Amino acid sequence: MSWEVVIGLEVHVQINTATKAFCGCSTEFGSEPNTQTCPVCLGMPGQLPVLNGEAAEKTILTGLAINADINLESKFDRKNYFYPDLPKGYQISQFAVPLVENGYLDIPVKDGGEKRIGITRIHMEEDAGKSMHEGLDGVSHIDLNRSGVPLMEIVSEPDMRSADEAIAYLKQLHQLIVFLDVSGANMEMGQFRCDANVSVHQPGTPFGTRAELKNLNSFRFIKQAIEYEVNRQIELIEDGGEVVQETRLFDSAKGESRPMRSKEEAHDYRYFPEPDLPPLRVTQQQVDAIRDGMPELPGQLRHRFETEYGLSSYDADVLTQTRALADWYESLVAAHPADPKRCANWLANELLGRLKELGKEIEHSPVSAQRLAGMLDRIADNTISGKIAKDVLDAMLESDDDADAIIEAKGLKQVSDSGAIDAIIEAVMAANPDQLAGYRAGKDKLMGFFVGQVMKASKGQANPAMVNQRLQVLLKG
Amino acid sequence: MPFSSLSEIKARLDAGETTAVEIAQLYLDRIATHNEALNAFVHLDADHVLAQAQASDAYRAKHAPRPLEGLPIAVKDIFCTQDGPTRCCSNILDGFNAPYDAHVITRLKEAGAVLVGKTNMDEFAMGSSTETSAFGVCRNPWDVSRIPGGSSGGSASAVAAALTPAALGTDTGGSIRQPAALCGITGLKPTYGRVSRRGIIAFASSLDQAGPMTRSVRDAAMVTAAMSGHDSGDATSVSDAPELDWLAACDKTDMKGLRIGKPKEYFVDGMDAGVRASVEAALKQCEALGAEIVDISLPHTEYAVATYYVIAPSEASANLSRYDGVRFGRRCDEPEDLLDMYTRSRDEGFGSEVKRRILTGAFALSSGYYDAYYLKAQQVRTLIQQDFLQAFEQVDVIATPTSPVTAFAVGEKTDDPLTMYLADIFTLALNLAGLPGLSQPCGMVDGLPVGLQWIAPAWREDVLLGAASAYESATEWSSQTPQAFAANGGES
Repeated sequence: MSWEVVIGLEVHVQINTATKAFCGCSTEFGSEPNTQTCPVCLGMPGQLPVLNGEAAEKTILTGLAINADINLESKFDRKNYFYPDLPKGYQISQFAVPLVENGYLDIPVKDGGEKRIGITRIHMEEDAGKSMHEGLDGVSHIDLNRSGVPLMEIVSEPDMRSADEAIAYLKQLHQLIVFLDVSGANMEMGQFRCDANVSVHQPGTPFGTRAELKNLNSFRFIKQAIEYEVNRQIELIEDGGEVVQETRLFDSAKGESRPMRSKEEAHDYRYFPEPDLPPLRVTQQQVDAIRDGMPELPGQLRHRFETEYGLSSYDADVLTQTRALADWYESLVAAHPADPKRCANWLANELLGRLKELGKEIEHSPVSAQRLAGMLDRIADNTISGKIAKDVLDAMLESDDDADAIIEAKGLKQVSDSGAIDAIIEAVMAANPDQLAGYRAGKDKLMGFFVGQVMKASKGQANPAMVNQRLQVLLKG
Repeated sequence: MPFSSLSEIKARLDAGETTAVEIAQLYLDRIATHNEALNAFVHLDADHVLAQAQASDAYRAKHAPRPLEGLPIAVKDIFCTQDGPTRCCSNILDGFNAPYDAHVITRLKEAGAVLVGKTNMDEFAMGSSTETSAFGVCRNPWDVSRIPGGSSGGSASAVAAALTPAALGTDTGGSIRQPAALCGITGLKPTYGRVSRRGIIAFASSLDQAGPMTRSVRDAAMVTAAMSGHDSGDATSVSDAPELDWLAACDKTDMKGLRIGKPKEYFVDGMDAGVRASVEAALKQCEALGAEIVDISLPHTEYAVATYYVIAPSEASANLSRYDGVRFGRRCDEPEDLLDMYTRSRDEGFGSEVKRRILTGAFALSSGYYDAYYLKAQQVRTLIQQDFLQAFEQVDVIATPTSPVTAFAVGEKTDDPLTMYLADIFTLALNLAGLPGLSQPCGMVDGLPVGLQWIAPAWREDVLLGAASAYESATEWSSQTPQAFAANGGES
């Protein structure tokens, strides 16, 4: 039997406002527990929420970036449930009328084309606090620093047909969120969280019963969890069983999920309009102003990098992963305009790899675009070879010196003087008579041997092109 | 002296005939003498009261007096205050001390008022008799075997017995006006959004509004003027509310040209005949003062009680979820697990009326019933609002009885919640419509006060105050004093 997989995703994104959704507390991550709280986000008696307008603006910006409708009047509701990290006993959310509806994202698919994934809605809500149960001798601790941090929940249509498509959608969405600078979107910090609704059915028949997968906090786990769930459902049905509607918790250590609660046990959240907050009203002028301030989106940027700088689609893709990286690249090109491709190679292939080893993002690169451009200038004017340049770059990461100072201090200047190169070549030929004889007898492959020996003898400083050229002449005798 | 209005006390303070400390001591003595019979105050820190009075006298010595300089005002136990406990007269808030003042408390302090303790109320303001308080029943000074009304019964009782010249109440469905009527004082519920709700413990957020309970209409205007104004910390506090000249509105002595609507739905069989006669007589008096009485209809009135008792409990069911034993207030001893902690803390902490309303509200909001109850109630609420809008095309103000009955006996209705809910039958429609309302004394039946209710269009408290001032100036009903409490403190 052939099964079709149907996936819809709900993504919770922490909006990166400086203060919480409904009070003035800081949203900074990682502070001492319960130090970023006030009577409002502690849910104390008589305290009232006041909406952080910036959170709404960022939600609208996101809505515009996914080509969605912005509701000029949206409403807040209370979602009622008891949990110790939910101080008021209800979460302020948008249920009946969300701020954003009817958007979409186009994602790349295997055959090289694109597929459109519908986005039903984006609504605003507040985060809960964190409960900690582990290693506390049977008691639980609660940290309410996160209580009231603004979230947007981005709900897709059930348009994805494989775990790969789900991951492609999530990566596309993640990149968009990062570009719009509406969230840190750090998955480990819980700033970008995903729940997946998964079902299987025979094509041409109605959708199957879905299971909701929770606790998916990396792209790898999401893929694992979906694939596990798809197999579980297919095996279940093929063994004559039936999928039940339930919420399942993914255990990343075991690579499997287990039931959390069934449909019967599902909460009745008793949504009703939040009487403490009037409807959120925005004007078309405000929406237009937000649209006017929209930064260049990843797709537009990729296209521009390919056409304006002649980059391969691969390099363009790498360099547009984040806005900061793209900006860094453009300032590098501005400082070394002669060769945008060289800029791309050195940034994408060399600097990023080194930064990754150092655990640093491009924003915190010890080598500035100006300094790197200074080194690229020396490659361009043949002062150093590409190979030597790698050593120069390593040295630059460890000091504040510019490329010229490092080249000078370490004597790395490339030798392009033909007399000096000829002297080295002759010394190498004298030291390796057997290989010389072999080459002259027709073993052309020995050319590589001689290049290597000459470069080694010159400590890498000989101009490689010139070495090649002179060897061609001298080896023939 | 103790039965003076705020305005009279203010005049004597401004004339240098007395001091804030003398005034504070006078009322503290009266509370010490009479509170036991009434149980109007549930918390009082006499030293703190005197300290505020001393500070006020010191301020007056150096500066021009502020609008409420040195004037004692008691507050219902629903207002959070940094000083002393705030319990909402519930066991679930046992041990709770708010680390903040309600916005209106801040405003009263800034206006120079001396805050005098916390007054008794129905638990979480859910009641019409001040019998559901965790601190015990409050009594009506006109007859201590009777209830003072509710939920702001402590404030009403205290003002009527002159244990304080003024007090704050809150009004969700009549909780200022009904006890004001039953205790023979004046109570004003401002337009929804006029007064910040921040720091006032929420019962039903879309209906709650704080207001004054006083011995005169002008006093109500003075206190409301100090309380009201936009608060950026309450999103439902209106920023562009029309400004009123509160005191000038109280200068009216006649009703020339005033069209008073008399809704037929508020004069019905089943109401107390004496109450009806008193209100009819009051309207005759209004005619004599130059008003035109216009018979009107508010056709959806009969649905107001049902609508209110869906919406208010629904909102309350969520508002009271925060009392969970986790962060403040009461937690049960030795909980076995989380569920046990929730259920036992709430079971032990809440009284039966509060539980009834939480259950009613949770039911009305639950899946499968929401459309039939909550949604339908919201639709009817809109119809009730439209009734008033249409009526105000014909008339300037509406006059009705505040309560269909005078004060009833303690225990008379406690076993029958539905009968108790009908006590608010004439007051709660205007909460649903967000309109301002005022109750003032307009008669006595068998030694018990009767209240006349005025209802005005939104933001037109000046119309309420004008009509009520004119009526007050022409009658003596506001000057009645319960003789059992006439003796001053220290004398009895």
